[in-house]
Amino acid sequence: MKLSKRFWGFIIAALVIYAVVQVLITTGTLNPFYSNTLIFICINIMLAVSLHLVIGITGQFSIGHAGFLALGAYLSAIVTMKLHLPFILALIVGGIVAAFAGLIVGIPTLRLRGDYLAIATLGFAEIIRIIFLNIEYVGGAAGMQVKHMTTWTYAFISLVITIIIISNFTNSRHGRACIAIREDEIAADAMGINTTYYKVLAFVIGAFFAGIAGGLYAHNFYIIQPQNFGFLKSFDILIFVVLGGLGSLSGSVISAILLTLVSTFLQEYPETRMILYSVVLILVMLYRPQGLMGTKEITDVVANLRSKRREAS
Amino acid sequence: MKEQPILELKDLGIQFGGLKAVDKLNMTLYDNELIGLIGPNGAGKTTVFNMITGVYTPTEGDIVFRGERINGLPPFKVTRKGISRTFQNIRLFNDLSVLDNVKVANHSLAGHSVFSSMFRMPKHFIGEREMELKSMQLLKIFELDGLKDELAKNLPYGMQRRLEIARALAAAPKLLLLDEPAAGMNPQETKELMDLIHFVRKQYDLTILLIEHDMRLVMGICERIYVLDHGQLIAHGTGEEIRNDPKVIEAYLGEEVSIDAQS
Repeated sequence: MKLSKRFWGFIIAALVIYAVVQVLITTGTLNPFYSNTLIFICINIMLAVSLHLVIGITGQFSIGHAGFLALGAYLSAIVTMKLHLPFILALIVGGIVAAFAGLIVGIPTLRLRGDYLAIATLGFAEIIRIIFLNIEYVGGAAGMQVKHMTTWTYAFISLVITIIIISNFTNSRHGRACIAIREDEIAADAMGINTTYYKVLAFVIGAFFAGIAGGLYAHNFYIIQPQNFGFLKSFDILIFVVLGGLGSLSGSVISAILLTLVSTFLQEYPETRMILYSVVLILVMLYRPQGLMGTKEITDVVANLRSKRREAS
Repeated sequence: MKEQPILELKDLGIQFGGLKAVDKLNMTLYDNELIGLIGPNGAGKTTVFNMITGVYTPTEGDIVFRGERINGLPPFKVTRKGISRTFQNIRLFNDLSVLDNVKVANHSLAGHSVFSSMFRMPKHFIGEREMELKSMQLLKIFELDGLKDELAKNLPYGMQRRLEIARALAAAPKLLLLDEPAAGMNPQETKELMDLIHFVRKQYDLTILLIEHDMRLVMGICERIYVLDHGQLIAHGTGEEIRNDPKVIEAYLGEEVSIDAQS
């Protein structure tokens, strides 16, 4: 079967990437700066892919993703630092709490459309940030000390699970229902799709993985502060998705890798960093307004190339 | 006396602000009938469709489908009860393939859960295969199976219309509402469409309610016709009766002016 061949290809590629990086890290070829960057890339891909499900697939313009990231980060930090429970449990708790928040926020706000939804989700993220800012238990504005626990293994395994589950969801009747909502909500409704259910579902799944990414994020730095989760963070994630091409999972992955690298290496030039970053964005939007991948997936592109080569020969 | 009606509209009415778009409409549809709903522009035909399918909630009266009152139900529930529709201005899922368009409508008939799909359990594969088979069967009937991987937006107009009907059928309706299916079609395409509608009704044992401007299509295939004007039912009967009804002629062509009145 074609699908399973694709699946195994993905698994093998993932294993190879994992093994190579792991070997490089253990032999010390890769210094901590690079391994940290790789972990950060994994986290950003998870954020991009989880938001891609909400914006790219279901077509709901949510720009409060940093809110779920913050929830996951703080809750998992509480689990490890205050309750002294294992890290893996902390990640799951972070994900579940974020998903639950997604459910509570999603049910009323997903009745809104377009701009209104964007404003409501933005407001939600700010509320979360302000709440953490005012809770002394998690350090308030000074932030919360977190032990460094995120390793390449944790980050990469979480990433692979995220991608597999979200792509499985997308390529099923449920994912098609979500895409139908993106394409034409009235028609989707008329075809017997419970649009509210699927919008909330996509939102909850997206929030869950953002929460897990939050757990990894918190334990990758030594401190988390509410200001890390402001609306600029939400926009960062949004940019990954838009730049990659709305509706393309591989596009989100590619743009998350690209932009994380760009912003990491531009850290050496702090005064020009944001200028160059915006130049990159403007150039991409000028020459690829549909995003890097459009709505296509990398597998489609490869298949296309192959069939063209076959025709040529 | 015939059997129990499949759809009954009882004194149905809707008001938008001060405007009564539809007023005291009574219609009765029986199993396996092909009924036409005609009227000049702005008569409220599409509003009637929107009320039956749950897009609008009627402000007066009742909609009874197979003995059950359905007004106020959201559209997806109405569809699951067995009423499916097409739209006046085509509403396909443009960026989905032809096959996926049909699969979407198949959605509520499949049973595999979100969980089974996420973790690719056996139920997912069984469910998806069944959807694929059913959808391909439909596409074959509509002669669209050769184009299954084409994006819906790339189809020529006539085929988009056909695909929309195929999609509506994929939801396994008992009652099919077609909103101007022949709009913008040439005579040849209209003729093919008429045959297709006949065939579909027989094959799927459907009741069909049709809005149409093309008089030939309506007169040619509908057993009974309802005529709406300004939200009110002005005539009801067979094609022959409608054609000779003075009220209908007036609604379509304007009042007859007598010579006496002019002088």
